[in-house]
Parts: sequence; C-alpha cells; structure tokens
Amino acid sequence: MTASLILVISFLTLFQFFITYSRALISRSRSHELSEQGRALCGLSIRHIAGEQFLRLEQLIALCPGPGGDEIQVRAMAVYFRLLGAVRTLATWALPSATSWIDEERSGCAGVAAMVLDRRIAYSRMMTAQQTGR
Amino acid sequence: MLDPVNYAIWLGVLLVEIGCLVCLLKGRALSQHFTLVLYLSACIATDVASYSILKTSGYLSPTYFYFYFYSQSLLTICLFFVLMTLYSQVFSDMGVGKHIRAGAMLLLAGTSGISYYLVAASSNRMVTHFVAELGQNLYFVGVVLTYVLWAAMAKLRENRTRLMQLVLSMGVYVSLSAGSYAMNNLYPKHEFWQYYFPLTALWLPVSWAYTFMKVPKDARLATARVLAPTTNQ
Repeated sequence: MTASLILVISFLTLFQFFITYSRALISRSRSHELSEQGRALCGLSIRHIAGEQFLRLEQLIALCPGPGGDEIQVRAMAVYFRLLGAVRTLATWALPSATSWIDEERSGCAGVAAMVLDRRIAYSRMMTAQQTGR
Repeated sequence: MLDPVNYAIWLGVLLVEIGCLVCLLKGRALSQHFTLVLYLSACIATDVASYSILKTSGYLSPTYFYFYFYSQSLLTICLFFVLMTLYSQVFSDMGVGKHIRAGAMLLLAGTSGISYYLVAASSNRMVTHFVAELGQNLYFVGVVLTYVLWAAMAKLRENRTRLMQLVLSMGVYVSLSAGSYAMNNLYPKHEFWQYYFPLTALWLPVSWAYTFMKVPKDARLATARVLAPTTNQ
C-alpha cells in the first residue's frame, strides 16, 4: 500500500519536475540568437521554428560533431518533445484548447535543437578553419 | 560474475562521475558546492567498492544486495547534505540556515526510525526488506523536501539559473529513484533492476556537469517563464 502510494506520488512529481526542467532549458535557448549561416544550413526561417522541424534538427545534430556537454540537453528535449506529442494526441479530442500551448512548447524544443546545432556548426567551422590554417 | 553489459554500465557510470567531478573542480565550485563534490566522491568510492564485491560475490549474492542498498542509503544521506546546501543558498538572505539543518536532520532520523518500526512490526523482523524499504522512504522524503524547496523558490521568485537547474535536476532524480524503489518493492524479483538502477545514477552527474559547463554563474532566468505556459516565442 505504502509502496503503491509512493509510486504514484513520485511519478507525478517526476512528471512535474521533468517538465519544469525542460522548460528551463527552453527558456535559456530563447535568448540565443541563431547565426545566419546556421539558419541557412538548417533551412530555418528568421521568426519562427516549427515544432515539426525538431526531428530533422535532431538528425542533423547526430551528424554534426560538437565540443560535448550538450547531449543531456538534446536527450531531455527529445523525451519532452515525444511526451508532448503523446499529450497532443490525447488533447486533440479531450482538450482542443491546449493544442496551441503544446505546439508552442514543441516549437521551443525545436528552438533548443536549433541552438545546439548552431553551436555545433560554429564549432565545426572553427575546427576546420584551424586545420586549414595549419 | 560481471557480464559485458553490467561491466559497460559500471564503467560508464564511473567515468561520468569522474568527469562531473572534474567539471566541478574546473569550474571552481568546491567552496560554494562542497556537498556536491562530497556526494560525487562518495559515489566514486561506492562504485569502486561495488566492483570488488561484484567480482568476488556476483550480482545475485546477499553480500552485494546488502552492500548495494546500504551504500545507496548512505548516498541518499549525502544527497540530503546537498539539499541542505541548496536550501541554505535559497534562504541565504533570511538567516534561517541553522533551523533548516536541524529540521532536515530530525526528518532524516525520523524516516530511518519509522522505516525500521514498520518493517520490524510487520513480518518476522525482515532486515532484508528493511534496506529496500529504507531506501524508498529516504528518497520519498527527498522528493518532499525538494518539492518544498522548489515551491519556496517559485514563491520567492528565485532567478539564479544554476540554482534552479540544480534543484530541478535533483527533483527529477529523487522522484525517479523513489518511484523505482517503490516499483522494486512491489516487483522485487526481476533481472531488469540490475541494469536499471545503475543507469538512473547517471542523471545527476550528467545534469550537474551540464549546469556547471554551460550555465554561467551569474545567469538569471525568471521563474515565471519556467512555471507559467507561454504564448509568445
């Protein structure tokens, strides 16, 4: 009985803490200005990054080497993005008004992915420049 | 004894913990976050000791079982020290650090006592069950304390990004651990747990390393942006 109760409460708090943690990561990425080169290479518009672009950006991140340290951000965003996708499926028929908020959040996830990719592209260019300089 | 998967997980966790410790020391966080360094050092020591026990006794031995759950309980107590540091940083302006430390110690002692009483009163003084029950209850107290801390931070409009991320990652870890221990108490005899528990240990060092590497010390983030649903990009 105690174990079941702890399981349920822990699951709910885990859900809440994880969402808040992911939102903190998204909020930090909003202050990041994407470079023009990064935008051009990723095919992103200036104003808005749609949530649907997250999966493509995730694939590009996997292809682009980086200095390290940002894997947890990408993994956390991938989990949050898929979680939102599942919630969106339910919300479409249960609570349609929530879908716009979910889409904003998914767009935020794509923003984080774009920021990570932008940094990795900048890092790769710097490494290439250093190698050609030698 | 150790199969390749167990060995890879053990080595991976150890390397991540050492990497995180290096990040903290490189980020000169020793004085301000001494308890984090203490916790990571305790984790590394536990990993090294568990390897020698695994090599001699194996995963399914009672020696490893007792070692694992008691060492995890000790690590949870170290985690309480981390939590107390976070509490004292959040409430640093109010000068209530002593009361917080005293309260946390009382809570810790109370949890251990209640866990022992519950198990001793139930069935034939099952000390084996006690270690698993204690772990579950200690983590659950951690969940409550972290939740209270986060609620206080939201109320006080705490905006230090590093502190927010440390508290939130702690919340994720203790909730995950409390839930996993509870699940383990409900379904104890499953091979899955020998792979699952060491993997969950990766979360804290990885998230701490990220926080100290990527988040500047003086970075600020409005709590409202994290809590309330946003409508603008």
